[in-house]
Amino acid sequence: MALDTVAIAAQTPDQEQPFAALGLKPDEYQRIREILGRRPSSSELAMYSVMWSEHCSYKSSKVHLKQFGEKAPHSDALLVGIGENAGVVDVGQGYAVTFKIESHNHPSFVEPYQGAATGVGGIVRDILTMGARPIAVMDPLRFGPADAPDTRRVLPGIVAGIGGYGNCLGLPNIGGEIVFDETYAGNPLVNALCVGVMRHDQIKLAKASGAGNLVVLFGAQTGGDGIGGVSVLASETFGSTGPAKRPSVQVGDPFTEKVLIECSLEIFAEDLVVGIQDLGGAGLSCATSELASGGSGGMRVELDTVPLRDPSLSPEEILMSESQERMCAIVEPGKIARFLEICKKWDVTVNVIGEVTDGDRLIITWHGETIVDVPPRTVAHEGPVYNRPLAKPEYVDRVNAQVLDLPMPQSAHEVKAAIIKLISSPNMADKSWVTSQYDKYVQGNTIQSQPEDSGMIRIDESTHLGVAISTDANASWSYLNPYEGAKLALAEAARNIATAGAKPLAVTNCLNFGSPEDPGVMWQFAETVRGLADGCLEMGLPVTGGNVSFYNQTGDVAILPTPVIGVLGVIQDVRSRTPMSFTDAGLELYLIGETTNDLAGSEWAYMHNQRGGQSPIADLQREIRLIELLLEGQSIFAAAHDLSQGGLAVSIAEMVLHNNIGATISLDQEIGIVLLSETPGRVVVAISPDHAGELISLARKYDLAITKLGTTGGTSLTVNDAVIPLDELRTAYTQTIPKLFG
Amino acid sequence: MKVGVVTFPGSLDDRDAARAVRAGGSEAIALWHDDADLHGVDAVILPGGFSYGDYLRCGAISRFAPVMGSIIEKANGGMPVLGICNGFQILCESHLLPGALTQNQGLHFLCTPQKIKVENISTPWTSNFTEGLEIVIPLKNGEGSFQCDDETLAMLEGESRVIARYVGVNPNGSRNLIAGISNARGNVVGLMPHPEHAIDPLTGPSADGLPFFTSILNAMVGK
Amino acid sequence: MAKIVVEVMLKPEILDPQGKAVAAALPRLGFTFATSVRQGKRFEIEVVGDPTTEQLAEVSRAAETLLANPVIETFVVKVEK
Repeated sequence: MALDTVAIAAQTPDQEQPFAALGLKPDEYQRIREILGRRPSSSELAMYSVMWSEHCSYKSSKVHLKQFGEKAPHSDALLVGIGENAGVVDVGQGYAVTFKIESHNHPSFVEPYQGAATGVGGIVRDILTMGARPIAVMDPLRFGPADAPDTRRVLPGIVAGIGGYGNCLGLPNIGGEIVFDETYAGNPLVNALCVGVMRHDQIKLAKASGAGNLVVLFGAQTGGDGIGGVSVLASETFGSTGPAKRPSVQVGDPFTEKVLIECSLEIFAEDLVVGIQDLGGAGLSCATSELASGGSGGMRVELDTVPLRDPSLSPEEILMSESQERMCAIVEPGKIARFLEICKKWDVTVNVIGEVTDGDRLIITWHGETIVDVPPRTVAHEGPVYNRPLAKPEYVDRVNAQVLDLPMPQSAHEVKAAIIKLISSPNMADKSWVTSQYDKYVQGNTIQSQPEDSGMIRIDESTHLGVAISTDANASWSYLNPYEGAKLALAEAARNIATAGAKPLAVTNCLNFGSPEDPGVMWQFAETVRGLADGCLEMGLPVTGGNVSFYNQTGDVAILPTPVIGVLGVIQDVRSRTPMSFTDAGLELYLIGETTNDLAGSEWAYMHNQRGGQSPIADLQREIRLIELLLEGQSIFAAAHDLSQGGLAVSIAEMVLHNNIGATISLDQEIGIVLLSETPGRVVVAISPDHAGELISLARKYDLAITKLGTTGGTSLTVNDAVIPLDELRTAYTQTIPKLFG
Repeated sequence: MKVGVVTFPGSLDDRDAARAVRAGGSEAIALWHDDADLHGVDAVILPGGFSYGDYLRCGAISRFAPVMGSIIEKANGGMPVLGICNGFQILCESHLLPGALTQNQGLHFLCTPQKIKVENISTPWTSNFTEGLEIVIPLKNGEGSFQCDDETLAMLEGESRVIARYVGVNPNGSRNLIAGISNARGNVVGLMPHPEHAIDPLTGPSADGLPFFTSILNAMVGK
Repeated sequence: MAKIVVEVMLKPEILDPQGKAVAAALPRLGFTFATSVRQGKRFEIEVVGDPTTEQLAEVSRAAETLLANPVIETFVVKVEK
């Protein structure tokens, strides 16, 4: 194919261009022509098409996401907000923490190992790009039914990919979720969170400023990986395109990334960069246009200086390549020698590929010919925005009106059977077959990891300062009521931070939905964003960033609306954290919070194939009071564990199994409801009997219901007359997942 | 006392090993793979990780690093060397220790608190233990199954060179439940589980790993 | 006795980190001959007697479904004495 230059484009306005195959709509293509005053060159078309894809431009979600800014609560903690690679939060003592979740759903369905691995790689580079040392990862995962053949293909590959990449980077994996539901069959959700830490003065931004500064590409060589992957994948659903259009898979090289991390941190420590951007989706197209757009706008890049793994790549392909483990930095000429020296020390490939220029055009040349000449903001930040039609789907009122008809355990025998059945179900069962494939000890700062309510990492060994993170979603509730579902997921994540004794500080999210072209899905999305924004405002927690993943559907069937909410909190002294389980007998167990009949969307209902009813309504004021109680009373709690999916039955079972110390509890109300209802805003705590008075006055102070459940000790879980030996309980809890996947 | 901790490209537990050295009372000196100078250290730790990605065979590329030339020479002269996990693999590839570490029997990476029994306390790395003590320290590897021929196994057992053995389960299919071995002289020790991640119950399953790092101080001071 | 050999390689356009690491290590040891190294897998399959055409076709199907991942890998099936 002959080289298509800007000059040729100007001379041949009528030449037909394959914009539709690249995912651009006719009016979008027309707008590019208007911006440029001519037809785009093929390289320009490649850049615009990939940058204006749903994945990169957020064109369907932008009009809704702006609520996170408009409704943002006042927060002194937010140092860098939405719009950068990741938000940055002040956690005190001069430390700043950055965290973010991203999805890698479609690639992980195509090639589970590499899809999941490169998902970890991508989010880690986002965190590194902010100037931070990555300190931990977490992975909320969702799959089709546990016994479906495709789940057996996808799950082990995804888990091995996450472990293979994350373990090799030396990042502890401290939590996440695994949920099975039929709507995820063919649409597994692989969300990856990374958290990093830096000093305040080390924060880096994606901007190219200062004419004469150099544009430096370092890390892996560029190959044909995932060319057009972002655009094609995020623009069309699988079923309709078939395997022939699947893009080539990106392969991760964690060793190269590990070396790139250490090399970059050494470069940051010597303050050698003006701005920096990682190369992820849309590769060089994204990095150059975002850097230029974030600065004064002018940049010149000689594309033929990019080191290639595959020398046959065309300039369009180089611009779109998604080869992993690459970074792009802006470096002052006086600092380049030292920059190159550090790269040499780490054996990292590095090339100066251009420079920052006066003016406001991004110009890219290929063997001396200009192939791109664009205003970078129009590529990176001023893409199309759609206010897509939305309509409440027909199903909502129908399922909300359904009345649940569930068997409720009464007798001792039924209570025991219900508890065993619940904790041996794939969603509730022990996930250590998965988490034992992840390194949780590396870096030596992991205070808590799975199955604790939140992951906790020490960030200063001398002052004992730490951060806690939890990710949560309850798609069953979001299906019934996406507005409340988002608030409830936020509340749960915040509660999971507070049970450990950390104070919730900031929010990130990964919003996984079906096709935005379906008005019903778009309504679910809009309601979710509205709920999350309202919830964050009410709880005083700023949204620092996030990710939207659309088109998670097969044919007409979308996944359940799945907003995964991540909350980060700070704890002044990690030594004082409260674990989820007790290590002593003779402690008293209390339930804080009121239990009502909230079986709609519960695990018990799911197990009985009933998906209807009405979700709980979030009472965030009560959640805030519960968090305050947990923080104020932290010193008296020997253990604190959140109640969520599976209700009291599952939480109490997890507590007794964790340290193999039993409990005897007596429930005098309607035992089925108390055990199985999933009323939000509840926590089980264990305290020494001496502290009972203190706990009761705390509950009174924060106007929260409190119920004494019983005491710890023994070798069984005893609920009224139902006695379940711990060994029997453990067998039920631990054998499900290995049987399915081992 | 100065204990060197080597960083290869892809080393992961180097900072953790250095922390453990300090917790044991010695000074930790960072050694770089590309620098043959050992900077006057009295002992060396080869930490865990995935040096060079462990893509060919674990430790196969690292053994040729310039720093390894100096370490092999000093080790043959009696300098204490402890290889943990990837470090153990490098010691085997370097022929400072016999045998090899192969893929876990379960075929995937396994991270778990592991009970082991310390069986030989005559090495400079284990002298602060009591013989036969059972401890719990993290095991985390994908290729930790110790394999060797029958003759080598008989020699290791006969010369009491099995330093530590897994208790209860065999987590990776190692022959004779071997978790760690030493060379004939006892100064070079390879260990698959990670004592450096068990120096404080706050961040590990126990503090059971600390005696590895206090032992080396005693061994050096006593010399 | 003849055996069926299946050799699996990553497709040429797919990044091969393993091969890359070996290629980088060779010159450090003084071996300067290589311009590129790619690493693959080899399966040796024994059958009773000499392999038949049908068996080879079956092995090909097995290679496509199990031994190789056609999304990123190619394979060849051959007979070795």
